[in-house]
Amino acid sequence: MDFQTFLQQFVNALSLGSLYALIAIGYTMVYGILRLINFAHGDIFMVGGYLAFYGASAFLMPWWMAVIVAIALTTVFGVGLERVAYRPLRDSPRISIMISAIGASFLIENLAIVLFDARPKAFPVPEFFARNLVWGGVHIASVSLVIPVVTAIILAFLLWMVHRTRIGMAMRAVSTDIEASRLMAIDVNRIVSITFAIGSALAAIGGILWALKYPRLEPLMGIMPGLKCFIAAVIGGIGSIAGAVLGGLLLGIIELMTVAFLPELTGYKDAFAFVLLIVVLLVKPTGLLGKNQGEKV
Amino acid sequence: MKKIVSALTLAAALVAGVSIVSCSSSGGDSDVIKIGVFEPLTGANGAGGADEYDGIKLAHKLNPTILGKKIQLVAVDNKSDKVEAANAATVLAQKEKVNAVIGSWGSSLSMSGGPIFAEAKIPAVAVSATNPNVTKGNEYYFRVCFLDPFQGTVGAAYAFNVLKARKVAIIREVSNDYSVGLAKFFVDQFVKLSGDEKSIVATSDYNTGDQDFSAQLTNIKQFEPDAIFAPGNYTESALIIKQARALGIKAQFIGGDTWDAATFLEVGGAAVEGATFSTFFANDVPINKTSEVFLKAFREEFKKEPAAVSALGYDAYMVILDAITRAKSAEPQKIRDALTQTKDFEGSAGSITINAERNADKDAVFKTVKDGKFVFLTTVKP
Repeated sequence: MDFQTFLQQFVNALSLGSLYALIAIGYTMVYGILRLINFAHGDIFMVGGYLAFYGASAFLMPWWMAVIVAIALTTVFGVGLERVAYRPLRDSPRISIMISAIGASFLIENLAIVLFDARPKAFPVPEFFARNLVWGGVHIASVSLVIPVVTAIILAFLLWMVHRTRIGMAMRAVSTDIEASRLMAIDVNRIVSITFAIGSALAAIGGILWALKYPRLEPLMGIMPGLKCFIAAVIGGIGSIAGAVLGGLLLGIIELMTVAFLPELTGYKDAFAFVLLIVVLLVKPTGLLGKNQGEKV
Repeated sequence: MKKIVSALTLAAALVAGVSIVSCSSSGGDSDVIKIGVFEPLTGANGAGGADEYDGIKLAHKLNPTILGKKIQLVAVDNKSDKVEAANAATVLAQKEKVNAVIGSWGSSLSMSGGPIFAEAKIPAVAVSATNPNVTKGNEYYFRVCFLDPFQGTVGAAYAFNVLKARKVAIIREVSNDYSVGLAKFFVDQFVKLSGDEKSIVATSDYNTGDQDFSAQLTNIKQFEPDAIFAPGNYTESALIIKQARALGIKAQFIGGDTWDAATFLEVGGAAVEGATFSTFFANDVPINKTSEVFLKAFREEFKKEPAAVSALGYDAYMVILDAITRAKSAEPQKIRDALTQTKDFEGSAGSITINAERNADKDAVFKTVKDGKFVFLTTVKP
């Protein structure tokens, strides 16, 4: 493999990895606060993509407006999901709330098949994102440049929020001990809602960026990215925001580099992510940046 | 309780309805030639069966008699179900005593009826069943469509002879038999034509539902192929071509009939301009005289555009009529023997020659994408 091909593969991997990272942050945020793996995260991601699609194609909004409206509506959707499917089970055993998450995921997927139609839809990509740049023989779609930038901005914002603001302090408190936070007069429900709002907004941004990169929408499009980003979050250490970004980048790079260096294994591309998950769980169960917080699940 | 009663009434009504459909006029009338239509008219494959039936009905309307006798179509619904298909085939063979059978949409349904027709020594002509096992070992089953692997072979012929491609890369949808089969036959034929094992410069795989192909395509790019053969699902294929163009790959893309879908154009947009694929039928330009007659009559009769399988259904009927004419008899065994001699028959979806395996040797239609639309390009002989 020549250097140019390697560089191209690296750019491909970086762009895919930062997309994974973005979605993994949403998993990690929710898990950090509630110790809940939100299995419906990938489906919220799908809803975000479809809402932007309908905003732009059915309501003829300019694309930036469609994006903002889609993010806002998806946020409301995610908070509503928490209210309906997770809050009533807050004090039940962990397993109940997890099963509820799986149920919510199936419900959303099948509702989407009924409402949006199972046939794939083509996502309209604005000219700005479709442009193709060439640097020294390496081809980069402009959307692939936008994704790492968005991920970096969101990472910086979240780290600032969690460590420097009152809401962030409350989040960290709730994440440490829900009962104690309640005794300290922290409105736990409000913090959980805020967390879900952030998580869903991230899923929506991820879904829209995904659709810009791979302009095809279908109701089950969230399953595979959802699983992979969950793996990314676990690899990085679930609960840790920086860990999610690291895990996402790592997953993207490993996935594409294996294909690049072992072309005869391309058919097993998806399997690498899962093998990696098993290895990490065996060697370092808390993930790369995770802290050992004792058995809670 | 009320609910149960009404459900039972409904069920009874349905059963009654079905039995009425399967009743038909008495057999044994020697002035009438009966052609059985063995199609799924209800169930999961109902739409495909109906499309084929449309073509058959049209052919019957235009050609209602042969050898001075009236032709009667006897339609039996095989309900998209293998067990029902065996029942339907028995009805056609034993009760209706048809002279020949057309159908069925769906290879497994055809295979379900196959042994029954063979035992009754009634020739059957499959319209669009592409699985090799439909005709394999069954002396009485024929077909007017080509088999899946055949598209790989003509794809290679097209790439080598028309595009003058000398280096080709393959991208397979590895979890899909259709795609793997096409790719295999493409490689075999291309290596045969070029006489060079190394003319296939790269082979890459992906899974159904994948969305990122950048790693595979970057691998392929360094070999600078002239053409890329990528048979597979239309949405994945459209994304592959899109991402290939974004990576600066300029090679010609070639695919199979699965690309013949509007979504391919929508997802692919400008990137799929020039992509070329083999398929059964073109309805933008009549490819021969029969095609012209068929297209005109179909649009008048049904006020819609014909599906490829409608054209093939039409052809199946016409091939049987041709066999009856040549045999000068409507006796099932004689029709069967005449069918094996079918040669260069001009069908609406290209000329048909029945080979020793009772499959159709026929031209494949090549289409390409031009100005965001599918346009007929050429026909390629096997």
